Amino acid sequence: MCGTIPKSAVGDVVFRRRPHSNGFGGRSFSKKRSGGAHARTIGAMTDRPIKVLIAKPGLDGHDRGAKVLARGLRDEGFEVVYTGLRQTPEMVVTAALQEDVDVVGLSILSGAHLTLLPRITALMRERGLDDVLVTAGGIIPDVDVETLRKAGVAQVFGPGTTIAEVAEYLRANARPRD
Amino acid sequence: MRTLGRATSVGETETPEPADDRAARLTTAAVDGDRRALAQLLTAVENRSPVAEAGLRRLYSLAGSAHLVGITGPPGAGKSTLVAALIAELRRVGRSVAVIAVDPSSPITGGALLGDRVRMQAYAGDDGVFIRSMAARGHAGGLASSTGAAAAVLDAAGFDMVLVETVGTGQSEVEVAAAADTTVVLEAPEMGDEVQAIKAGLLEVADIVVVNKGDKPGAQRTASQLRAMLVAAASPKSFHRDANPARPRPKRPDVLLTTAATGAGVPELLVAIDRHRATGHVAIAETARLARAEAQVWAILGDRLRARLHAPETTAATTAILRDVADHRLDPYTAADALFESLLRGDG
Repeated sequence: MCGTIPKSAVGDVVFRRRPHSNGFGGRSFSKKRSGGAHARTIGAMTDRPIKVLIAKPGLDGHDRGAKVLARGLRDEGFEVVYTGLRQTPEMVVTAALQEDVDVVGLSILSGAHLTLLPRITALMRERGLDDVLVTAGGIIPDVDVETLRKAGVAQVFGPGTTIAEVAEYLRANARPRD
Repeated sequence: MRTLGRATSVGETETPEPADDRAARLTTAAVDGDRRALAQLLTAVENRSPVAEAGLRRLYSLAGSAHLVGITGPPGAGKSTLVAALIAELRRVGRSVAVIAVDPSSPITGGALLGDRVRMQAYAGDDGVFIRSMAARGHAGGLASSTGAAAAVLDAAGFDMVLVETVGTGQSEVEVAAAADTTVVLEAPEMGDEVQAIKAGLLEVADIVVVNKGDKPGAQRTASQLRAMLVAAASPKSFHRDANPARPRPKRPDVLLTTAATGAGVPELLVAIDRHRATGHVAIAETARLARAEAQVWAILGDRLRARLHAPETTAATTAILRDVADHRLDPYTAADALFESLLRGDG
């Protein structure tokens, strides 16, 4: 996924977030290439990359997946903040708050997701970060997904998910903010 | 869409808060210590939104008391680790600190991987520390175009020191020196011979040179070489026959040795940073502040001119002139004069 970029795209592809009505009052985002004639529709909105925090809560030391995703999202035009390993919920939420990210992506392979992830979402709510999209990835059994959704994790990406799928999901669901 | 509550239902229309109201709300809260509002204000600054302009108009008079310290040096020299060590030392003596850590944006996709926080994560829950990563977003020179404004916001929010960590720099990314009161240039041991040390560029703008990784072989030797080449050569004696006293003089930086990973030498570095501000060459600092003000105003003036020339009623004429230059029908000087005249006449 983080493969080559076609020559023709060099200097041309900048991912910008431009809202378009999807006909139902909701919004979708499209990849805009420079030179187009899209009108700016919402005054408060500005063109900027989506900012994502990739965090590794808990004690597992497996960060290859998080790093590959961080790099892959970089290649998809996102601004990615990486926290490093062994983060407490407090560290993750403080980073999300100070960086004012649009998305928090939590990578966890230790099996402690039912303990740590709801703690993170609760702390985020407490700090007023209730408009930030939270997703998770790693080794999370299907039976736990519903519990995590109820706790505020919008999407769980299991093994085999491609970076393009993650990027597409984030573009469609990250809340646009200025 | 699923977020943590405050779900936007389908069909809901949001009326955006007017920029002035939002700026007033965020600046008041940020100055009162609301970190979320501060973070949102920094986002506005990064995006150069109308909220940022309104916010900076409000905040600018509150800024000016923090010590702005630039940390620069080649990739891998240990800038982030040194910043983390400086945070620890500042907190030990009870001073608050904000960090702006700049990393490069991809010139191809516009994306960025901001990895400086990794070394600074120990301060969650400490309100005296605020760390913000910034993507350079295509700006060359080691900073993002909005770094100066972001530093002013953090200054106004009341932090005692604002550390600006640049992207890993080469030989000539010296922009940080204009943005900071004190510039610290980091070198790793054995990065080059004495000739590297006497080349013009990065080392010239240093107020303090730090040889990091002081526990590595060759660190002492590197520090001695730098001292010999930077300090001795710039000593006043070598200028005693200079006829023009107003000529710009090279700086005479302190050369210090640190091991950021263990904290060795860091208290001494903080003393040197404080001393530079306290006893620093006042005239030079004054000149630097004026240059910084000028750069800020010029940049905004440039933006304003561009906006005027691309206003709906003038953009066609402007584009036509630019097209003539692109096709070599008009030279760029005549074109600039024509645009400038049209602005003065008021039809721009």
